[in-house]
Amino acid sequence: MPSIVATRWPCCRGYDRDAMTSAVSPALRRVAPPLVGLCSLFLLLAVVETLIRAGVINRFIVPLPSEVAASFGRVITQEDILHRFVLTAWECLAAGALLTVFGVAFGVLLHRVRLIRLACETWVAAFASAPLVLAYPLFLVLFGRSAMTIIMLAFVAGLAPVILKTLEGLSATRHVLINVGRSFKLTPAQQFWKIYFPSALPTIFVGIRLGLIFALINVVGVEFLINFGGLGQLINDLAERYDLPGVYAAISFVVLISVLFFMVTERAERWLTPPA
Amino acid sequence: MADAARMSNAGGGMPRLPGIALVRGAIVFGVLLIWQLVALSGWFYGDVVPSLLVVGAAVAKLLGSPDFYWNLWITIDEVIVGLLIGGISGLITGLVMGANKFIANAFEPYLYYLGPTPKIIFFPVMIMWFGVDAGSKIAMGAVSCFFPIALNAAAGMRQIDKVLVRVGRSFRANPWQMTMKIYLPAMRQPIVNGMRLGLGVALIGTLLAETKLSNRGIGFLVIQAYSAFDMPRMYAMLIVLFVLSIGANALVARLAGLTKIKPR
Repeated sequence: MPSIVATRWPCCRGYDRDAMTSAVSPALRRVAPPLVGLCSLFLLLAVVETLIRAGVINRFIVPLPSEVAASFGRVITQEDILHRFVLTAWECLAAGALLTVFGVAFGVLLHRVRLIRLACETWVAAFASAPLVLAYPLFLVLFGRSAMTIIMLAFVAGLAPVILKTLEGLSATRHVLINVGRSFKLTPAQQFWKIYFPSALPTIFVGIRLGLIFALINVVGVEFLINFGGLGQLINDLAERYDLPGVYAAISFVVLISVLFFMVTERAERWLTPPA
Repeated sequence: MADAARMSNAGGGMPRLPGIALVRGAIVFGVLLIWQLVALSGWFYGDVVPSLLVVGAAVAKLLGSPDFYWNLWITIDEVIVGLLIGGISGLITGLVMGANKFIANAFEPYLYYLGPTPKIIFFPVMIMWFGVDAGSKIAMGAVSCFFPIALNAAAGMRQIDKVLVRVGRSFRANPWQMTMKIYLPAMRQPIVNGMRLGLGVALIGTLLAETKLSNRGIGFLVIQAYSAFDMPRMYAMLIVLFVLSIGANALVARLAGLTKIKPR
């Protein structure tokens, strides 16, 4: 079929528009939206910068974006951010290890004992919707103003999704797999380790990922609230010093860490999930 | 919750109700017994684990106090205003992203990845922007609930049956009519799901902000009880708060008919 460009404009004869569109458009179509999103972000920052410099926005309330960008280096070098990051990461990992061990174990228990499952499953679901982080003053009394308070609160807050997803994964094991196990006369322990657990592993990981996200949110939040620990405390410290560019830079840093954490766990989840 | 209910019935056979009630009763009784034994043991400093009678009396005293209801109303007020601001802006954002693939591809990743970040860290910024009064708490509630509502609305918009959209277009419905007659009614469930999630996080955002810097509201009462080391009152506050938030969540689900499981 002759190209419409070549038909209408003789000067463009030999120019195969369809071929070009098929070569360029998919790549352009893929790149254009993120590019527009990124450009919009920079445009917004530029507008804010201009408005602050013009005096429309008070610079004692919103610092110049250029000042915030410049203060990143200062915050990283002077505020011992590496040590704070390691501390926050350690608290998250400790909470993650606890909620993996106890959450998966409780999920397995609910799956194995039907009566307990019927009695407790709605409670666990209700537990998931309770604002547990509000109990942080209680945890402060029980564990003191220490990393233990933060870890325990993160553990409790992330427990419900791990339990529910473990249960969901084990319950969704295909009957054909269970029957294969039976035909091989597997013992209950073998049936669990060779059939149920491998089959439920991707869903269990979804639960652990959700639990870790809850744990990270709670760790940083409680660090900020009780002014103790790593990255959360840094924001509180800088806010109390009225270091506005530093506060914005620290918040951006924490957001960046959260996003990276979310992306890494998401990638790991995709890697574990078998293709449909 | 709906999934939980579905899973409960998926095991096959009728649930043995007396057995379930017995197990539940035994668990509750066991927990209360352990609590009371710990309270009487003296393992903890005085009042860290008060006896059940003391906690019960504190709950009764709290529920009989007009001060509690005044502070509760302030928190409810802040949560409702925050939910309205965050909910409406989230809904509009979700509708726009759901309707336009280019806009969704450009901006949805930002919402998707910003959604699970801890929102309380924005509180110092909110204080600077909206002051130390109710404004900053409302802003915290609004920021917290914006993300789940926007993401659910966008996802819901994409799930709308194309036939319904074509019916609307064949009637030459204008954008307002399409939104009110086609999109919103077809997206009821995802929107209500988003509102449920939004309500939960708006409540948490507002209450945490109150515990950090406020002189009124339930969050302030909790932190006041902590500062005064009035443990029975703090336990009473937390019990009432958890019951209220779980109840509000269940009520929204019930009102939206989400607890009814459709047969497959």
